Order: sequence, then C-alpha cells, then structure tokens
Amino acid sequence: MSAPLLEVRGLSVRFGGVRAVSEVSFSVQPGEVFTLIGPNGAGKTTVFNLISRIYQPTGGSIVFQGTDLLAAPAHRVAALGIARTFQNIELFEQASVLQNLLIGRHTHRRTAFWQDVLFLPAVRHAERALREHVEQVIELLELQHYRDSLVAGLPYGVRKVVELARALASGPRLLLLDEPSSGLNVEETEDIAFWIQDIQRDLGITVLMVEHDMSLVSRVSTRVLAMNQGEVIAQGTPAQVQSDPAVIEAYLGRTETP
Amino acid sequence: MRFLFKTDYDQDIALLRHAGQRFWYALLGLALIAAPWTVSEYQLAQLSLVAIYGIVGLGLMLLTGFTGLVSIGHAAFLGVGAYAEAVLSARGWPFPVSAAAAIGLSAATGVIVGLPALRVRGIYLAIATLAFGFIVEEVLTRWEAVTGGNSGLSVGRVEIFGWTLGSATEFYFLCVGLAALCTLVLLNLLRSPTGRAFVAIRDSEISAQGMGIHLAAYKTLSFAMSAGLTGLAGALYAHNLRFLSPDQFTVLQSVELLMMVFVGGVGSVHGAFLGAAFIIVLPQLISALAPLLPAGLGGATGLQPTVFGLILIGFILFEPMGLYGWWFKVRTYLELFPFYRRGMFRRQKAFQKSERLR
Amino acid sequence: MLALQLLISGLSQGCIYGLIALGFVLIYKATETVNFAQGELMMLGAFAGLVASAWFGLPYWVALLLAVLVMVVLGMAVERLVLRPILGQPAFAIVMVTIGVGYVARGLVTMVPGVGTETYTLPTPFKDELVRAGGLIISAEHLVVIGATVVLCLLLFGLFRFTRIGVAMQAASQNQLAAYYMGIPVKRLNGLIWGISAAVAAVAGVLLAPITFVHANMGFIGLKAFPAAVIGGFGSLPGAILGGLVIGLVESLAGFYLPEGFKDIAAYVVVLLMLVIKPNGLFGETMRKKV
Repeated sequence: MSAPLLEVRGLSVRFGGVRAVSEVSFSVQPGEVFTLIGPNGAGKTTVFNLISRIYQPTGGSIVFQGTDLLAAPAHRVAALGIARTFQNIELFEQASVLQNLLIGRHTHRRTAFWQDVLFLPAVRHAERALREHVEQVIELLELQHYRDSLVAGLPYGVRKVVELARALASGPRLLLLDEPSSGLNVEETEDIAFWIQDIQRDLGITVLMVEHDMSLVSRVSTRVLAMNQGEVIAQGTPAQVQSDPAVIEAYLGRTETP
Repeated sequence: MRFLFKTDYDQDIALLRHAGQRFWYALLGLALIAAPWTVSEYQLAQLSLVAIYGIVGLGLMLLTGFTGLVSIGHAAFLGVGAYAEAVLSARGWPFPVSAAAAIGLSAATGVIVGLPALRVRGIYLAIATLAFGFIVEEVLTRWEAVTGGNSGLSVGRVEIFGWTLGSATEFYFLCVGLAALCTLVLLNLLRSPTGRAFVAIRDSEISAQGMGIHLAAYKTLSFAMSAGLTGLAGALYAHNLRFLSPDQFTVLQSVELLMMVFVGGVGSVHGAFLGAAFIIVLPQLISALAPLLPAGLGGATGLQPTVFGLILIGFILFEPMGLYGWWFKVRTYLELFPFYRRGMFRRQKAFQKSERLR
Repeated sequence: MLALQLLISGLSQGCIYGLIALGFVLIYKATETVNFAQGELMMLGAFAGLVASAWFGLPYWVALLLAVLVMVVLGMAVERLVLRPILGQPAFAIVMVTIGVGYVARGLVTMVPGVGTETYTLPTPFKDELVRAGGLIISAEHLVVIGATVVLCLLLFGLFRFTRIGVAMQAASQNQLAAYYMGIPVKRLNGLIWGISAAVAAVAGVLLAPITFVHANMGFIGLKAFPAAVIGGFGSLPGAILGGLVIGLVESLAGFYLPEGFKDIAAYVVVLLMLVIKPNGLFGETMRKKV
C-alpha cells in the first residue's frame, strides 16, 4: 500500500454545544474513489468544509500529500491540489459557464496584476493556454452548448455539471464531490457515474465523495465510510458497509423487541 | 442578423469581436476627435466633464459592479485626488507627476477604506465606507493649512513640463485621452485572471476562496484600483472646475455617483459613460423644464431631487439594467429583426431568501 | 453636574438616533432591506405634525398622533407602490430605490410653493420649560424625548412578544417562499412593518423638531442613525436603541471636550472602531453562509 494521498486523524469540530464531527479518522489512497455516506446531519459536508479550511477544527489533523493542511489558509487549498463542489451549488451566477471554468483554473495563472492591466503578450499567451485546458474539460463533460450562457439561466442539471467542470478545471489531484447526484434524474445520474469513472481512470484524479444514492455509491466507489451523528460507524468496501448492522440501524432504525 | 463563426480563441479574447463593432467604435473615435471643431465650446466643456465623470464611473463600477463591494463614500477619493492635484500643481509640479501622486494618494486612501472590507460584508461594509466618506470630508474641511478649508482652493491650469494646457480643446483631449486609457485598463482587467477574480468575489466569496483566490488581497486591490481611478478623475476635476471646496465632496455627492453608476447600468463599462452623460445632462434638462411648471413650485431646487429620485425609481422598477440595458435591448431588437421576441429579457419572478444564517 | 447635563442631553439626542435606527432595523429584520429613506420619513412626520399643529391649530399630543397616523398610511403606500414590485431583486437595487424615495420626498417638500424652502418651529408645550431636581436643571424637552422613547419601545416589545407578528416577520425575512407556503400574508406583513417603521420615524421627527426645527433637509440626521444601527447590531431592535444612545452620548461628550469638528464625525469614528473590534455590533447576529 502506497502512502495515502489524504490522511485524516481524530478530526473533531464543535459548534456551540454540538459535536458536528467527532474523532473522525480515515485515509484516502491515490487513485481510489472514497465515499462518505450517512443520514442527513451526520457531519459529512462538515468534514468537507474542514478539509477545505472553511471551518477550523477543534481537534485532529489533516495531512495531504505530506503537507499539514491545517497550517494552510483557505485560499491555499486549491493550489495544493484539492478542488471541491458544493452541495447547494456555489457557481458564479452572473458569469458565463466559460468564465466560471476559467476562474476555476485561477491557481494556474502565470501573470501578475500589472501585466494583466497592460494586457501584455504574456497575458494573451497565458489566456490561450488557460482556454485550451478549459476546453478539454468542456469537451469531457459535453458543455459546448452552454459555453457562453450565463449560469443564472441554466437548468439545475446543467449547473451541477458546470460545478463539476469548474472543480476539474483547476487540475486537482483530489476532487471533493458533495452530493454530485442530488436533484438529478436517472439519466443524469448515469452520466455522473460514467464521468466519475472517467475522472478516476483516465485523468488519474482521486475522488472523495459524499453521496446518498446507494446504487451510485456501490457502482463507482472503491471504499466507503459511514458516519452518523459526527462519528464513524463503519468503513470498508461498499458491500461490507451496506450490510453492516450499525449502518442499517442508522438509516432504518432498530426494530423494537417486544 | 449576424452569426459569429469563431475559429480562434483570440477572437474571444479580443476586445472588439467583429467588423461591425470595430466599425462603430472607430466611428465613435473619429467623432470624439472631431468634436472640438464640430461642437460649441460649451458642449466641449460638457464632453470633458462626461469624460471625467466617466472615469469616476469606471472606478466605482470596478468596486461595486464588478467586485460587489458597495461604496457609499466614493466622493472621498474624488476629493483626495482633487486636492492632492491642486496642492501639488500649485507647488509647480508638472501634471504627469502630480497626477501620479494624486492617484497614489487616492489608492492609499482606498486601501485604508478597504480594511473593513476584509472583515465585514454587505451593509456593514457600506456603512464603513459611509463613515470614511464623512471623515474624509471633515478632514478636508478642517485641515485648512493644506486645503484652505471652507474658503476653498483655487486651481491653475494643467502644466506639463512647461507646456500649459490653456485652451478648452487641449484640456478636452487630455480628458478624453485619459478616459480612453482608463477604459482600456478596465477592459484588460476584465478579460484577465485578475478581473475574473473580482467577479468571483462578487458572486460567491466561498467559492472564490475555494478556487484559490486570496480574498483579502484582491479586495484590497479592487479598492486601491477603484480609488486610484477616481483620484485621477479628481485631478482632472480640479483643473476643470478651477476651484475646490469641501462641499463638493460630500456624502450626497457619493450617493449621486452611485446613482450615476446604477442608472448607467451596473456591471457594464458602457454604463459608466452613459451614467456620466446622464448625470451631467439631467440638471440642465431640469433647469430648462423648470419654467414650464406652474410658477412658485420652488423652481429647480426641489425639482432636481424629485426628478432624480423618480428616474432612479423608474429605472429600478422597469429597467434594472439601466441605460445600457435599454441600449442593449434596442440593439438586440435591430440585430435579430424580425425575430426579436418580447419575452427575451423577462426576469423570472424571484423570492427573497435570506443570506443570513445564525 | 456639567457631566450629568451632558449625559442627559446626549441620551436625549441618542434616543432620537435610536428611534430612527429602530425604524430601519425593523424593516431590515422583516425584509432584509436597508431603508435609506428613513430620515426623510422622519422629516415628513415632522412636517405632518407641523401642519396639524401650526396650521390646524391642534394641540401638541393630537398633532403627534395625527402625524403618526398619516405616516403609517404613507409608509404602507411606499411599500405597496415602490417596494413590493421589486422584492426579489438584488439588495443593491432595493437600496437604490429607497435612496430614490428619499430624494423624491425631499424634492416634493421643497417644491411646495412658498413653503418648502423655509424652516419652521413646531409649537411644543414644554419647550423652554425646565425641571429642577436635586440641584440639577434639566430641560423638559430632554425628559419628554427619553420618556416617549421608553414608552414606544415598551409598546413595540409588547407587539412582538405577545403577538405572532414578530415570529411571522422573522419567517418572512428568512425564506419568503416558505413563508408564503405557510400561509403567512407576506405582502400584508411587509406593508404593516413599513407602516410601523414610518410611525416610529414620525415620533422621532416630532421629538426632533424642537431641536433642529422643521425643514426639508432634516432627514440628513438619518445618516447618523446608520452607525447607530451598526453599533447595536443590524438585526437587533434593542441594539438599535442602544447604538443610538451610544452615539448620542459620544457626540455630546465630544462636542464639549474635543476640538471643533470632532462632534460631527464622532459617530463615524465609533462605528469604524466597532467594525474593527466587534463587527457584528453589540447584539448582532453572526452572519455566515452555510455551504
């Protein structure tokens, strides 16, 4: 087993009196699709927000490719190689899809602001390079039709895809997907499943995912971790976790013994 | 109808996308250059003023329209630039140097005013800018040794290394030239990573941060650039008016600047100049209309704010995209004729949702 | 002794700032709209009181009541005609509309033939009366202002505590669509809030009249109420009053102890300090977007 890409140890955070995440530990191997499952309020998105450095943990450590993530400010996370999507879609609504993706590639900028202002040849050159790369993502996710459309008017399914595209545009090593299939119909979920597999196989990007759709989870995940009320209750392959009694109890409850 | 077939990424990067745009803007350029010989001296002075306010509009548009940081104290930067220029040119500094100093000083003020932006958002930031606006106004009034306080400060003509810009024509070319330059700067910014970062901050700070954008650095940059542009406009303003007093840079002025940007069309560069033209032409229109009203209706004193207010309300109710929005719709109609559909720009009914969460 | 005098006059002025701030925090809590026309509403309230009292010769307290009623109607009208059509537009646009309303109010008053550009005195029964208590000489005006503010606050407290309006208001402000679904008459509620807010402004206007006299530019004092609202915390009603009091006190002391000019900017320096130390104000809520 090679060194883990992401290593989370004893991660905890409290909001007021509520223990949103409590002593969560797991590691993500390079090249795998690692999924967090659990009922609503289990703390899965909170874990994402901790990794993205939006929240400050009250305990524990997060190490990414050997770097202590907790020492980095929130805006450094993308440069380190982690990209994420948001559960409730946080796109730049008043910009076009193309611009959203170009912004997604912000960490790859090679020019300083004074060069931008004068629009020196170096800037033009860099812009072309950015555009070429972003076009590859557009082609992968079939967004050509929407390239110049303003995000604000797009249907929900397309916006989910744009959110994914934007995260991919940054060329990450680790992709955090927060409920990629929520709100999508069967066809669109199929597409997401294929894309996740493409991302894993062809682009070599490791995926850490939060998901509720169990068929999607079993189809694409390498390993699964189940959470409930901020704690880890099971870890293993999709089959193992789905048949774990603690997991079943968390989702379905326990039958009352008379 | 026009179909744009793109074969090159450069076509998207370019500022003027097709031959039609190039033609019209070239025509505009020629008209502006020919202006001193085709319009009256008075109208030339008005055009200079439009150029000056246009630069202010660009500055405010950058901060409020593109980065989403509302500033209700922008006249403060105008004042800092104007007074800096006035004081330095009185000491014999040539215009390029004193203007650069004015820009620098305004930008520095902008950085200071922007400090609250790093901690607070929305209405809190707006109030902070309001507070700074008042404080700067007071400083300009009290610091009599430098600014002459309420008795005012007179300003000479523009001097560039011995060459005095004596005529209205020369001053006009200076203003329009600088306005064109500032527009170019802003447009360059918007088609590059820096400008996109500003837009990202406006639309979703959390996302922007997730994409690697250092919020504090970019917000400060936006404030500095916006204030710098406005400071340059202030320097020109000083030479245009030839006399400065602190009551030209009150919070009321700031509010009018906001109105200017809004009526012009928030988020569009054209809007800055359309708004500037609007704010300069309107008072004159009102004065011209005042005699038509029944006598004794207080004359223009009360009419001006009323008309301003009604037009502002009218725009928001019926045309939130401002003058530029109107123009855009007219142009689209002409371009798509006869396929223009009336519902093309209809806004979806939106319900208000709180951005706060305890 | 002097300090106490300063304190009382500061508190009294502070109460007026607090009332104006209370007016827009009310609107903000209900609709997340910032009403830049609050000062102008106050000015209109003062004029309404003036007209009732000086022209129609009504006694002071009746004039006050009439002013309040007129402003309630006006507030609801403004909401119905101008605010309701644009609810749902970005916050910036709504703020600009209120600025527009303020301009129109000021302009229309100034345009009234022969009358608009003048300054007037509102006849007040207790003007120039002094109250002597334990060696102190206090102007009765100050006491009336403070007393009226207390009474108004108690009334509003009762309104929000013991009726469902307060809860409905909060619901509508947090998620309008959901509020509609729950059967809350959102539009009527917004109208009501504007009415109440205008009424509070009217009281502030009539109370302010003896101090600044009644004139079309009275509303600019409203700008000072913004720092008051921020200091108290923009979503908090008691905070608005407290913020107003803080500013009133600081101004009073600054006017006496500091060189000229500081009094005018005292409010703004305080709000900047507040934004640095405790950005959400004294009682403010932490604003954080949940992702």
